[in-house]
Amino acid sequence: MLAPEAGGLFEAPARAQAKAGTLVIACGALANELVAVIRLNGWRHIAVTCLPAILHNRPDRISEAVRGKIRANRDRYSRILCLYGDCGTGGRLDDMLAEEGIERIEGAHCYAFYAGLAEFEAMMEEEIGTFFLTDYLVRFFDRLVMEGLGLDRYPELHADYFGHYRRVVWLAQAPDAELEARARAAAAKLGLPLEKRVTGLDGLERFLATKTRGTRAGTQASFE
Amino acid sequence: MAGEELDLNSLNDAELVTQMHDDLYDGLKAEIEEGVRILLGRSWTPYRVLTESLVEGMRIVGEDFRDGILFVPEVLMSANAMKGGMAILRPLLAETGAPKIGKMVIGTVKGDIHDIGKNLVCMMMEGAGFEVVDLGVNNGIEKYLDAIDKHAPDILGMSALLTTTMPYMKVVIDTLKEKGMRNDYLVLVGGAPLNESFAQAIGADAYCRDAAVAVETAKALMARRQGSAQAGLAQARAAGG
Repeated sequence: MLAPEAGGLFEAPARAQAKAGTLVIACGALANELVAVIRLNGWRHIAVTCLPAILHNRPDRISEAVRGKIRANRDRYSRILCLYGDCGTGGRLDDMLAEEGIERIEGAHCYAFYAGLAEFEAMMEEEIGTFFLTDYLVRFFDRLVMEGLGLDRYPELHADYFGHYRRVVWLAQAPDAELEARARAAAAKLGLPLEKRVTGLDGLERFLATKTRGTRAGTQASFE
Repeated sequence: MAGEELDLNSLNDAELVTQMHDDLYDGLKAEIEEGVRILLGRSWTPYRVLTESLVEGMRIVGEDFRDGILFVPEVLMSANAMKGGMAILRPLLAETGAPKIGKMVIGTVKGDIHDIGKNLVCMMMEGAGFEVVDLGVNNGIEKYLDAIDKHAPDILGMSALLTTTMPYMKVVIDTLKEKGMRNDYLVLVGGAPLNESFAQAIGADAYCRDAAVAVETAKALMARRQGSAQAGLAQARAAGG
């Protein structure tokens, strides 16, 4: 599990002489789920490198950080994919990816590609004041939300941040009893009712299956 | 003022104002309210209290935010402290006819409920002498048009935090163009995912990256606009004369 400040590389120790298969450059908040999908499917041709999830606190830096990863790895892989939403970059990430010729998963943020674009829009239509959690956000709720927004130090700011929210929707990738208890505790801290929607990992799986078709041969990738 | 109680009444005016800047920086609402009352009690005009203690204090906060010394939670605490002072001063400013630079209608766009930045802009604009009409969040085109019609502002401000909602600003601007109203108002836009080129692309007058920039930009554009209007009048007079 990658902490919010951590990046990481999950790839083949012995690289073939020819370019290896596909590299997915992902947000650290997706690392756990991404690696799970790849392992479950036995996709040994896909390597993953992650940037720290905490970069979301400075979205203006995401685009160039991803570009750095692309350029550092372009010669080593036959294909590179980007597993980020727009993540508040205001289109700058997409502009950079277009310059570099790299494809990104569809959706403005990970909530959309976990839930599915249509389902996500329907949820927002249903209640515009929806605060979303993923499994990752549930696990790191205190650090990313309570401490990140300063609510541990200034609880009186609660209304400034959450005054317009009406519910918490937990988009659950792999729910279990412990995560559920944490999600309930998180919603309670926000003073909002919790709804659980199990998304699984279909969105990630579909993206990888579609985009890596044809890059599978001749690589020895595995996870360290 | 942890550890020791400082009697604000014991400070002279200059010391008190400096202390208020510190208290504002530290987000101490009760102390700011007390300081405002003391200065008013010393026959300061509400306008002078506002500009020398609160606005100047928030200028320092804004500068340190821009320089990465302060972060959003601290700025919000400072803003809430200023709000406390403003609540005391607002009715007095209205009574004493403090100077008004212009009027702004502002709101977060449709589909977006984020208003932290917008609220900071409202407060800083009010502190700078603008009359501010805050439409709140999730505003469709009708709400903007109704407010423009009702309040006849000089400036329309729009805010968005989401990449998915920021394009709505163009919908509003295009509607103003269609109605032949676009040039009647200065349009300022802001929000985390925006940038200069987006503002330019949608036809806004300016992108404001934070509340302090919004105030500076609004003042500069208002001055330019008034200058143009006066130049226009002078030209018309010359042509007529």
